[in-house]
Amino acid sequence: MNEPVFWLDDKAIPFRDGQTVMTAVTAAGHYIPHLCHHPDLTPHGSCRLCIVQIDGRIRAACTTPAQANMKVTFDTTLLNQQRRQIVELLFAEGNHLCPSCEVSGNCQLQALAYDLGMTHSEFAPLYPQRETDGSHPDIFVDQDRCIFCELCTRSARELDQKNIFGISGRGSHTYLLAHSDSGKLGDTALTETDRAAHICPVGCLLPRNGNYQIPIGERLYDAQPIHIRGNHRPDDGEFTP
Amino acid sequence: MSARKLKVATCSLAGCFGCHMSFLDMDEQIVDLIELIEFDRSPLTDIKTIGACDIGLIEGGLCNDENVHVLQQFRQHCRILVAVGACAINGGVPALRNRFTVQECLEESYLHGVGVVEAQIPADPELPSLLPQVIPIQNVVKVDFFLPGCPPPATAFVEIIQAVRDNREPRLDYPMRRFD
Repeated sequence: MNEPVFWLDDKAIPFRDGQTVMTAVTAAGHYIPHLCHHPDLTPHGSCRLCIVQIDGRIRAACTTPAQANMKVTFDTTLLNQQRRQIVELLFAEGNHLCPSCEVSGNCQLQALAYDLGMTHSEFAPLYPQRETDGSHPDIFVDQDRCIFCELCTRSARELDQKNIFGISGRGSHTYLLAHSDSGKLGDTALTETDRAAHICPVGCLLPRNGNYQIPIGERLYDAQPIHIRGNHRPDDGEFTP
Repeated sequence: MSARKLKVATCSLAGCFGCHMSFLDMDEQIVDLIELIEFDRSPLTDIKTIGACDIGLIEGGLCNDENVHVLQQFRQHCRILVAVGACAINGGVPALRNRFTVQECLEESYLHGVGVVEAQIPADPELPSLLPQVIPIQNVVKVDFFLPGCPPPATAFVEIIQAVRDNREPRLDYPMRRFD
């Protein structure tokens, strides 16, 4: 029996039962912009970068089950503009000062901004007051850069079987929480070898060692856009300069 | 080649002049550029007042009331205003002070800083007053084009100027869209 397909613009995408639009499109070798999606984790649907249009509705590709003959509109001027505005909002909401960030050049938020043609944010920066946490011997936390994708929360829970992180607060006061009596990351069970320590797509959860090792010009997204390189980190084991 | 050269004014507000250095770092392209533009007010000419200009290149964000005054003068006199570099676009590294009050910043610099002697906070009325926060220039005036980067590459400056000459939108290809 032929594999069922759905349509991503004019491309036929085969899929298996249980796959989402995102996982099927990725398996077919195409790229949908995303930040909170990770192939090893339960879909979250929070960053909204993977928006597509299905039956006139805007939906997140990472949480939408693939269905036979479904028509998924992906590459339009309006959708790309909306994706860029979402990235602009993320930049305005945090303190994303790329020139002073260790992960600049390897940052997935920055790479999506480049790829979506963002030169600036149309939204005035909020300059929120957020905390840093240097209590852990191997991992530094700079919440200025957190985009609340919960990749760390989910990977700790699902891959490391630990309850390390959570999101607390509301609205512009939302913050990343470390589950320990002191509230400090250093008092949690997080270890340097945990997946959660190496999954942050931005510079919020930052390994203390190994930064600034890759020369400018050879970093992940210096020469090639993220839709070609994919969502990676220099330390995720899949990085080849 | 048109007879009239484009008039270009430049300034550095809360910036480090790195964008100006990058502008000059265009090797032999500067020969062609000389045929295309002439400078009005700029640190490169040391002209202090601005006349009617085609392009205003603004480096740096706004950290004090003199920055705001200069920016508004540029907006009034420039047909096309360009935010140049990370600081003009989102405050940049100077915006790291935004988590502190102005008083805390002044005390750290002039009273408690390393190596400070005869500690006192400068209070001369001729000194510009610091704004409560460092802010991007588009918070105060309309900005026509944005050149990201810390600094933007020299080729991006050339592209902006050629785009204005040709009366079209600038095309910042992938290597020119940089935030660092």
